[in-house]
Amino acid sequence: MLNKKSLWTMPVSFWHNIGFQVIAIILALAFTSLILVMAGAPPLLAYKNILEGAFSSSTQISNVLVAWVPLLLATTALLVTFTAGLWNIGIEGQITLGAIFTTGMLRLLLGSDLPPGIIILLGFLAGMLGGALWAFLAGALKAFGGVNEIFGGLGLNFVATALTIYLIFGPWKRPGVGSMSGTVPFPPSFMLPTLSGLRISLWAIAIGIGGLAIIYLLIQGTYFGLRLKAVGRNMRSSFLLGIPTTRYMILSFIICGILAGTAGAIQVTGVYGRLIPSISSGYGFLGLMVAMLIAYRAIWVIPVAFFFAALNIGSIRLPIVLQLDSALSGILQGSLVLFVLMMSGIQQRFFNNKGEKHP
Amino acid sequence: MNVELNAVNKHFGQVHANKDITLTIPSGSIQGILGENGAGKSTLMKILSGYFQADSGSILLNDKQVVIHSPADAIRHGIGMLHQDPLDFPPMKVIDNFLVGGGERHRGGDQHRGGAVNRRGNALFPNYKQIIKEINELAGQFGFAIDPEAYIDAMTVGERQQVEILRLLWLGVQVLILDEPTTGISTAQKKKLFSTLKILAEQGKTVIFVSHKLEDVEVLCDRVAVLRQGELVGISFPPYNTDNLVSQMFGKLITPGSRIVCTRDKPVLELHNVSIEEYRLSIQDVSLQVRAGEVIGLAGMEGSGQPILLRTCAGLVRSVAGKICINNKDLTGKNHHVFKRHGTAYMPASRMEEGLIPGLTLTEHFVLSDDKQHGMFIEWDKAQRNTEKQIQEFNIRGRPSTPVEALSGGNQQRALLALLNEPLSLILMEHPTRGLDIESSIYIWRKLKERCRQGAAILFISSDLEEILHYSDRILVFFAGKVSKPIDAASTTVDQLGQLIGGKGWEAA
Repeated sequence: MLNKKSLWTMPVSFWHNIGFQVIAIILALAFTSLILVMAGAPPLLAYKNILEGAFSSSTQISNVLVAWVPLLLATTALLVTFTAGLWNIGIEGQITLGAIFTTGMLRLLLGSDLPPGIIILLGFLAGMLGGALWAFLAGALKAFGGVNEIFGGLGLNFVATALTIYLIFGPWKRPGVGSMSGTVPFPPSFMLPTLSGLRISLWAIAIGIGGLAIIYLLIQGTYFGLRLKAVGRNMRSSFLLGIPTTRYMILSFIICGILAGTAGAIQVTGVYGRLIPSISSGYGFLGLMVAMLIAYRAIWVIPVAFFFAALNIGSIRLPIVLQLDSALSGILQGSLVLFVLMMSGIQQRFFNNKGEKHP
Repeated sequence: MNVELNAVNKHFGQVHANKDITLTIPSGSIQGILGENGAGKSTLMKILSGYFQADSGSILLNDKQVVIHSPADAIRHGIGMLHQDPLDFPPMKVIDNFLVGGGERHRGGDQHRGGAVNRRGNALFPNYKQIIKEINELAGQFGFAIDPEAYIDAMTVGERQQVEILRLLWLGVQVLILDEPTTGISTAQKKKLFSTLKILAEQGKTVIFVSHKLEDVEVLCDRVAVLRQGELVGISFPPYNTDNLVSQMFGKLITPGSRIVCTRDKPVLELHNVSIEEYRLSIQDVSLQVRAGEVIGLAGMEGSGQPILLRTCAGLVRSVAGKICINNKDLTGKNHHVFKRHGTAYMPASRMEEGLIPGLTLTEHFVLSDDKQHGMFIEWDKAQRNTEKQIQEFNIRGRPSTPVEALSGGNQQRALLALLNEPLSLILMEHPTRGLDIESSIYIWRKLKERCRQGAAILFISSDLEEILHYSDRILVFFAGKVSKPIDAASTTVDQLGQLIGGKGWEAA
């Protein structure tokens, strides 16, 4: 199911791999350029605009970082479930539930006298709980109900979206009439402190990197991580080796949910300041793409997530400057993943297993 | 069909798996290919059946040079291979397994030449009636009792093998390759297999029989080629000189050690009136006391219930009645992990599915199996030193960083053995030496006997009667879910045991 390559170590034929990845990137760029030409836009100008949109000023770089942190957390979260051999498609819903729980907690504390730091901390804890709960549901459905985590997660995603809409237009609606623009914004004291004049918070960056560091250590260095890896690769053997496999599977969902919930909490306290209908911003699905692209190797999360975030932010100006849809970044991201997977398939089929043709 | 291999070479990385092998097999003969594990037998056969391409050398069929690109291509050339593990589709019917191979596109056997193509229907609308008739005709020729409508997963390994042979013949195969076909099948099925192969040879088909079992090769084959370390070291004709074949296989003569008894008085496993109900089989009212250091062999045809009893003793299958005690502790109804904590170890037959974890290294396996966890973080240096020690101790050909799937079968079995915790009270094993050569088998049993001296009792399943008689202290014979009283191994002969396994002489016992 998962790529058989080791998750955490560098491949032996490092340069060989790099060569194939470069070819994949070139192919993805060529493919995207072809689409641009077909749409009647000059490709080079489009790429130049994306780069400028992402890096031309400190404001823009800070915006990239704003998108990077939740993507970083989502990808990190997915590394845990991928290690356990699980396709946690439900991560979108887990981010959403994190945001909902954070919003709910902050609403409860609106009139309280607690210091802002404590309020934000409680908001984050609630978010983690929400994400963990939603992930636990997906895990329990799989472990006890025999529902494949892909289908369970997909279903729970829809429920999470519906719940958001219900809350925004129902119990949590703005005074008067509910609106797609979300719930009433929280006061600035409920938000993570940002750098002056910019939207990015150093706290958010610290949480993102801290989360990755913890998961890296967990999987690379601990008994827990090794057992998780074992469960992901062969559940039957793991059970016979004495690992409580069901417990480990559900724990991996819960850890993933905690990180996803944290991403949701950051979306509320660090980005939007309220609950909006698409609060997860698709970072869960984007995280799945990043995880596949880096073949589940933790060290690559930081740069690749940053690159994807830059594409997202950089393409925002495309509609204004070139009358192109900003979905172009999605085409580039998607084709990049497909070509990289294709090249690694080609590499394995024709170069690693010389002459062997296993069915 | 005459098969000729000319100076065939094959490398896998550093390993030279086939060195300049030249071999001619005339049609109508049964050619034995003999060699220990890793001698290059399977590689050579996989080249002939299109799984691998040779690095150099050529293949001639009836003096015509051919290039075989894939297994499907091999079938078109009339070469079919019966693999050690049947490559069929268990949840499907026999007839569907026939159709999956695209049989309607192939010519039938010689007698069907011409009209067969149309009569079988086409790829979209196969003619079921006609195909069932053909299957029944073929099965009748060899006296196989195969129902085309039966589901594969309800069959024994022996029956699945028969289905596969029929399927290949139905596809019009003229050269039949069999890779270790006698492992895991009953004596009666083996007899039937051998008579079938002799009929096929009389029909002018070429049979290639790959094995490491001397006795099988000696009774069956018209000619024997011995491979050692990738080289063809000798070709012999009957009557065979066994010592000569053995020394060709190993480069030296090997004999198993003498019988050692290390039974003590302390009981480690007690079954009181245990009954087990499983799909298709029930075992009633088994009582047994196993003492420390004792070895009990479980004999019987495949599908007679041995694995179910073994798994019950491991807590993997729950009994419906009776009591199971390990070290005087009642563990009835507890799960495998509780049994494990009380010193029970279970080693299944399928090593890569139920024992080792593909993708993880030897070191990682040793860390996982260590029940004494030291803190939260793994000390990799220490783990690696420990692994190196185990590798030396158990003579595993591999490094701490070797992923287990890269080890050969014998080395995987040694690794599994090395992974067993210490101390143990009870070791439960399915086919401890299946697929291993004599040298590895003797090594495995030496290690197991050491465990017995330390006080562990062993229950093991084997289809090798010699192994059961040689290493067991007592034997339980299984027949269709019935379990015999324990029989003393030292005073039993192969013939007596064989009769019991076949269901004869039960009233007396």
